[in-house]
Amino acid sequence: MRAPALEEARGPARDGAGVEAPAGPPAGAHLLGVRGVSKRLGRAQALFDVQLEVRADELLVVLGPTGAGKTTLLRTIAGLERPDEGAIFMAGQDVTASAPAERDVALVFQNFSLYPRWTVRRNLEFPLRAPGRSVGEAEIRRRVEWAANLLNISRYLDREASRLSGGEMQRVAIGRAIVRRPRLFLMDEPLTNLDAKLRERLRVELVELRRELKTPMVFVTHDQAEALSMADRIVVLSEGRVLQTGTAREIYERPLSPVVALQLGQPAINLLPVHRVADRWLAPDGTPLMAAESAGPAERLLGIRPENIHLTALETEHHRTAGPFDAVVEIVEYIGPTTTLLCAWAGTHVHILTPYRGRLRPGDRVLPRVDAARAVLFDLPLGAAHLASRVPPRLPSSSSPLPAPASKGTPI
Amino acid sequence: MSFLALAGLEKTYRDGTRAVRGIDLSVDGGELIVLLGPSGCGKTTTLRMVAGLELATGGSIRLNGKDVTTMRPSQRDVGMVFQFYALYPHLTVRENIAFPLRAAGWSRSEIGGRVDDVAARMGLGKLLSSFPRQLSGGDQQKVSLARAIVRRPAIHLMDEPLGTLDADQRLAMRELIRAEQLASKVTTIYVTHDQEEAMSLADRIVVMEGGRIRQVGTPSDVYDRPNDLFVASFVGSPGMNLIPGRVTEDSGRPAFVSKEGHLHIDVPRPARPGPATLGIRCEHVHEASDGPVFGRVLTEEYLGSASHVHVQTDAGRVIMRGSSGAARRRDTELRLRLDPAQISMFDAVTEKRL
Repeated sequence: MRAPALEEARGPARDGAGVEAPAGPPAGAHLLGVRGVSKRLGRAQALFDVQLEVRADELLVVLGPTGAGKTTLLRTIAGLERPDEGAIFMAGQDVTASAPAERDVALVFQNFSLYPRWTVRRNLEFPLRAPGRSVGEAEIRRRVEWAANLLNISRYLDREASRLSGGEMQRVAIGRAIVRRPRLFLMDEPLTNLDAKLRERLRVELVELRRELKTPMVFVTHDQAEALSMADRIVVLSEGRVLQTGTAREIYERPLSPVVALQLGQPAINLLPVHRVADRWLAPDGTPLMAAESAGPAERLLGIRPENIHLTALETEHHRTAGPFDAVVEIVEYIGPTTTLLCAWAGTHVHILTPYRGRLRPGDRVLPRVDAARAVLFDLPLGAAHLASRVPPRLPSSSSPLPAPASKGTPI
Repeated sequence: MSFLALAGLEKTYRDGTRAVRGIDLSVDGGELIVLLGPSGCGKTTTLRMVAGLELATGGSIRLNGKDVTTMRPSQRDVGMVFQFYALYPHLTVRENIAFPLRAAGWSRSEIGGRVDDVAARMGLGKLLSSFPRQLSGGDQQKVSLARAIVRRPAIHLMDEPLGTLDADQRLAMRELIRAEQLASKVTTIYVTHDQEEAMSLADRIVVMEGGRIRQVGTPSDVYDRPNDLFVASFVGSPGMNLIPGRVTEDSGRPAFVSKEGHLHIDVPRPARPGPATLGIRCEHVHEASDGPVFGRVLTEEYLGSASHVHVQTDAGRVIMRGSSGAARRRDTELRLRLDPAQISMFDAVTEKRL
């Protein structure tokens, strides 16, 4: 089975340990299980009861900001750190106490970590010549050439590593991981230090390469675009805890909490405190935003992604009489296929992403319409008032367990 | 007359490396110009020559009516911003913003007036006696921008100032820079390798490669009408789809035929027969049951608000921007239509736009 099992993602990671592999083909089987792992580093709690599974043929992205515990998690899986609590399983075996070499995983770091004075070929051969490995010369040659060919670096094989560009070096570093044919790839932000343009290309290359190798991969990043575009499934990590696990679509469209919602999407999701009056949700300044069901709490937090606010009556914008619920355009960013607007609206600032490429200018008035089917309503957490500020840097995540999913997002 | 004029500007290092190979550029007062290109294209060297941190080995620089080509940095009245540094936690907002002015030896009253000015314009007026830890993340960013620009020189020079920030902070800072520049009208030259940053900030973009200018134009110019194949592929995320082939007139009117001959498309504009490359942006490639291009899905890149679908076609890999509604499975067969009004044609030999 070649296609990654995209449709099988589950909700909160909490019940991850209990998830059975789907019946039938082994593609859904777990290669790696992280079961209730906690880890302290010095005085800081780096990981807290982390549960996750990596299936036999998938790319699992661990997404989180700096300091979320991503690297510690990866090092624990690799066997470079020992968990304080919990266990690591590989292919059904408890490897918590096994040395890194016994786990047969390959790590790729953000910094290319090559031997600069060695040729590309010698760098690629290195893992195969490690003590304890007995790979024949002919086989070494075959594997190095196979890897070089896959990664499009064959023509650099005899060049010194220090003479390569950043992108070429990272390809060699990836090559060094794949020649060994490990059971699992662990990637720690491998694209972060590269130019935007190169990153964009390597993203696709890496996904296609992994699929060809049919080897599972755990890919750690803080970059939401990388996570969305590369992942079969995403684990959202924040302050050492798993906040949500699911496909990119599930997490993007139905985030379980505002904290998760803010992690994905650029510009970030708009969050507005709303209250219900009759059958409508209103912003604090009284702007009607969308229809409301009559049941449930009367005060909530509305999450609406910039592309799900539509502009109405654009063609007639200059002739229209100004309405009381107009938005005023403050910033227009034209970025290729879409235009991003920052508007003053509903007593706050909202981002609107529109395919419209007309002559919108700062100061213009537009009438936004919220696509109610794509809005998410969150229960108001403590201190939700912060969320209304336009530039949420890092939201403090509460230390209480996540509220039950039933109290969360309106279905899309 | 232009506010900043670069004429035949060159920089050749002692080891013979030609970092900048003759740049002509004219910048109006109040413009925000972005120098965009891959690493090694000469954009930073150009900026550093304007700042006076490097001396030109050829050509001239006129700034605000004066020839500054050989002047020292301090004589040029330029403000260089390398990055937005963290705020000093033990200093108030006022002291943080005033810091560069104190360092430059301004008098107490001059400093007070200028800090009040900048703070008022950026909505920081009420926060001047707060400490950074008491501010929201957004206000902290405003303070750090205010500190970077408080000196108000004749021109701001910014060298990838957002490089060290997280993605969400970058976006917010970008908007702040734009809003502040629109308000202050200080001419600004901004260097980046990130085409999205360039598109969103610039009045005009200067695309550079190999020490030369490839194109100067508004974001819309360089995106919709790239001058050459380099600009077509560098600008945009992803770059333009490029399909090699040739223009023929076999059927009486000019048509583009892909290399393997599978793709046959009428060319809307007059074009000479010969080797050519067809360019089309991913948002102008559509799925259509009667489309002329046949292909299979290789990979889908989900982006949240949209999807990039990589399709293996008879004419090579083509990326289509689609709705993010439903996942597209690998190996799904489909037909594509290229919006004829949005096709760019390039000469395959000179790589220039036809």
